[in-house]
Amino acid sequence: MIMTLNDIIALLPALILAAGALVIMLLAAWNRPHGMVNRTVATVQALALGGVLLASNVIPRQATALFLVDEFALFYIALILLGGVLVTILSHGYLDGQLDRHNEYYALLLLASLGGVVLAMSVHGASLFLGLELLSVSLYTLLSYAREDPRALEAGIKYLLLSAVASAFLLLGLALLYFLTGELIFSALRPPLADDGPSRAVCLAGLALILTGIGFKLAVVPFHMWAPDVYQGAPTPVAAFVATISKIAVVALLLRALFHMGALNDKAVTDALSVLAVASMFAGNMLALLQDNVKRLLAYSSIAHLGYLLVAVIAGGALGAEAVGFYVAAYLVTMLGIFGVLTLLSKPYVEAERVEDLRGLLWRDPPAGAIWVIAVLSLAGVPLTAGFVIKFYVVVAGLSSDRWLLVLFFVLNSVIGLFYYLNLIRVALARDSESSDGQRQALAPRWTWSDGVVMATLILAIVWLGVYPIPFIDLIEHTTAVLVAAD
Amino acid sequence: MILLLLIALLMLGGLIAWVSERAGSNWPRWVTLGTTFVGLCAIGVDTVPHLIGHVELPSNPWLREYSVPWIPRFGIGLHLAMDGLGFLLIGLTLVLGMVAVIASWTDITTGIGFFHFNLLWVLAGIVGVFVAMDLFLFFVFWELMLVPMYLLISLWGHERRSYAATKFFLFTQAGGLLMLISILALSVVHYRQTGIATFDYSALLGTSLPPETEFWLMLGFFAAFAVKLPVVPLHPWLPDAHTEAPTGGSIILAGVLLKTGAYGLLRFAIPLFPNASETFAIVAMTLGVVGILYGALLAFAQTDFKRLVAYSSVAHLGFVLLGVYAGNLHARQGAIMAMVAHGLSTGALFMIAGLLQERLHTRDLRRMGGLWPVVPKLSGVTLVFSMASLGIPGLANFIGEFLVLLGTYRVNIPLAILATIGVVGAALYSLILIQRAFHGENTEGWKVPDLGAAQFATLGAMILLSLTLGLYPQPLLNASRPAIARIQTWGSQTDTQDTPAALEHEASDLATPAPSGR
Repeated sequence: MIMTLNDIIALLPALILAAGALVIMLLAAWNRPHGMVNRTVATVQALALGGVLLASNVIPRQATALFLVDEFALFYIALILLGGVLVTILSHGYLDGQLDRHNEYYALLLLASLGGVVLAMSVHGASLFLGLELLSVSLYTLLSYAREDPRALEAGIKYLLLSAVASAFLLLGLALLYFLTGELIFSALRPPLADDGPSRAVCLAGLALILTGIGFKLAVVPFHMWAPDVYQGAPTPVAAFVATISKIAVVALLLRALFHMGALNDKAVTDALSVLAVASMFAGNMLALLQDNVKRLLAYSSIAHLGYLLVAVIAGGALGAEAVGFYVAAYLVTMLGIFGVLTLLSKPYVEAERVEDLRGLLWRDPPAGAIWVIAVLSLAGVPLTAGFVIKFYVVVAGLSSDRWLLVLFFVLNSVIGLFYYLNLIRVALARDSESSDGQRQALAPRWTWSDGVVMATLILAIVWLGVYPIPFIDLIEHTTAVLVAAD
Repeated sequence: MILLLLIALLMLGGLIAWVSERAGSNWPRWVTLGTTFVGLCAIGVDTVPHLIGHVELPSNPWLREYSVPWIPRFGIGLHLAMDGLGFLLIGLTLVLGMVAVIASWTDITTGIGFFHFNLLWVLAGIVGVFVAMDLFLFFVFWELMLVPMYLLISLWGHERRSYAATKFFLFTQAGGLLMLISILALSVVHYRQTGIATFDYSALLGTSLPPETEFWLMLGFFAAFAVKLPVVPLHPWLPDAHTEAPTGGSIILAGVLLKTGAYGLLRFAIPLFPNASETFAIVAMTLGVVGILYGALLAFAQTDFKRLVAYSSVAHLGFVLLGVYAGNLHARQGAIMAMVAHGLSTGALFMIAGLLQERLHTRDLRRMGGLWPVVPKLSGVTLVFSMASLGIPGLANFIGEFLVLLGTYRVNIPLAILATIGVVGAALYSLILIQRAFHGENTEGWKVPDLGAAQFATLGAMILLSLTLGLYPQPLLNASRPAIARIQTWGSQTDTQDTPAALEHEASDLATPAPSGR
């Protein structure tokens, strides 16, 4: 297949990231100072964002059989890159002066983002696997980057082993589908899925195996076991990456696959997804109630949130796809806001992770405290924050497709979730700091101007999406139109 | 426009109050007081002339209206509108806001700026609830008033504040989310019927629903409002929240926050789902009577001053629920009167509880006693408000409860009789409060200062207000009549036409027949 210039322009975001990763590795030969590397990486991702703009002129474009670059893909790519830039900048303060090795961290970060970008564009089994593995392999190392910390090693190993198992499931599923149709393009599965014979059974078995692999990445129940340990052990910025970017990329892929296969019209598929959604909501929220470690709590909270998100996925149609788009964007800024505060408080080997570490944050450091409170309120879904519009969207999408029971479970779980979100807020607002031990002193946020800009952006985004979401909604409606047309 | 400005004023005032703490600890207090006062004057000057002289039903239901699109994709608009009912409740909100500031003047000593920020934002949320005519916007304000209230309780509350605050938030949130489902489902049904996505109140009013759907959707709304009101099986948050909240918080909570529930029933639950509401009315009325009796019984058994007043709220709001669902004009007029009266009397009682606690450092009635000679002014004022609470003629509460009983009697005699027994209960708990706190032996040897001038003036003004409304309730009844007359009535058809002659003296204006339909 011959690639034209337009194909290359369409793939520009991915190409820039790949080239950037190479540049960073080469820079390592000179052992450049940390600040320089950090800025380069942020610039590379910003350039890739610029690439998105360029690519938007040539879409929709099928670049080789593997990738489809359209509005939908570019929207998710933009989110991934935006998240990548923010995580990169936050990583600087976290890593600075603590570890003597930085270049590899940033190169891996770029590669992981690249994996996410590949996933968002992929319409083919091979690119799906490629993207997932790029993402996972980079994350194994990133998760245990603070390698002297046994918990970080545990996190890395755990992710490695379970991820390998999930990949095996995924491959087997892809093999089954290939056996059935002789093709790996998602849309090739339409006929066997609509069929009523044995081929449907094979097809569903294949899809179930693939869903296992994807469910692992999304950490939906029952494939969620790794999440709390990994979140807890990982360096905070990496945990933020796992919680947001890697999930958003997989959500993009899931949505793409479901729509291209027309699988959302299939009752067996939606039933399976419903089971995952309900199990994730309940297990995530119930287990989050028991946590006194913020990072573990956030892990369970994100499990619950993925359950909510699946409700929007199951709802399907134009409204469902739109709801998912808004959901991931709002979830991105909210989660990054929360992890951003934790990152500001943490450094390698000294993580702010006990709920107690946050006691009285609003009074110790008003900006960090205010950001924390607003972000948690958004996660809890209080009006005038992005999280509320999410809630609205999920309920509207669910009701429009007459999924009353799912909506009811969703609402019930939002109430359960409030228990621990309120606790996080109350702790940050508490005045009495009865036990001011030595470690608490060490956990004062350290602000740099770039951190300030990042956090201010996140908070503005949270409030803007909550107060005046309409321009963004219009954008999402526009980007999901192509996807819905493929259904 | 004035409505939007009022809400913006309160929010902005909150921010200024927070920041002004740096200038001095009294600054936030003055800023808050000034903001609420300016708001009250503005809305009063703007609206009162319109209220006077409008005896017939105007064609436009709203005194003030403001509407701009917000999220046109879903037909969500920034639609604010106020009628007489809204005006009364906004007035009550702002008046009690000022009372709350004065009551917290010496009570709150830490985080003064943030306290007043939260106070003003609660008020903004409540005012928003009373004027939002877009269901989505209504829900936004509904939730918005929760968060600052939660913070008020959990940061400045008494001993078990975390528990009480969390309970408060979870109860109201659970109810609120059921309402959210109902709101969205109503909009979806409307969209399927007409192809227009909208959350606008007046547009959704005409939606025709299958009976079963209507019933379930009505129940969603009812759940939210019943938690807030509170209706008896859903009330457990109330005694804790009221007791543990700081004085200012208790005043707002009991004085106006509970009224949002009754307002919601009158404005949304009944007009949007008239048939289901009529079917449901007997259940709601029974729950109201249960609330009256249960609240009175439990209030009588309390030894904590604030808890006693809190349970008396359950009883008083039982009257409101009874009046709202009795389904005729008199009962609903009475319910509104009872809401305003209860706001004043209970607000004052909570303020008194705060003043006593500040002086005695206890709310335990068993440790009080013999306070009358020690604090004669405070005792006298308390006596007036407990008399108001037990419904003595001449004060506002009497008018409200009388009209509710009158309206109920015409629909359901057994329930009216049971509710009247509740009035006896009110006498019991009000008198026991006075007896335990102020009469008897001063066993603990209390020697505390009496009311300060500002506090005395505030409470005096509230007495005056209550007395005025009790002796001359007509302006208030006139103001709320157009709003009430628009709500569907039920019961026997002749109810609103054949007014007993005796009633003509009581409230001649009430007898105007309600227009059928909306």
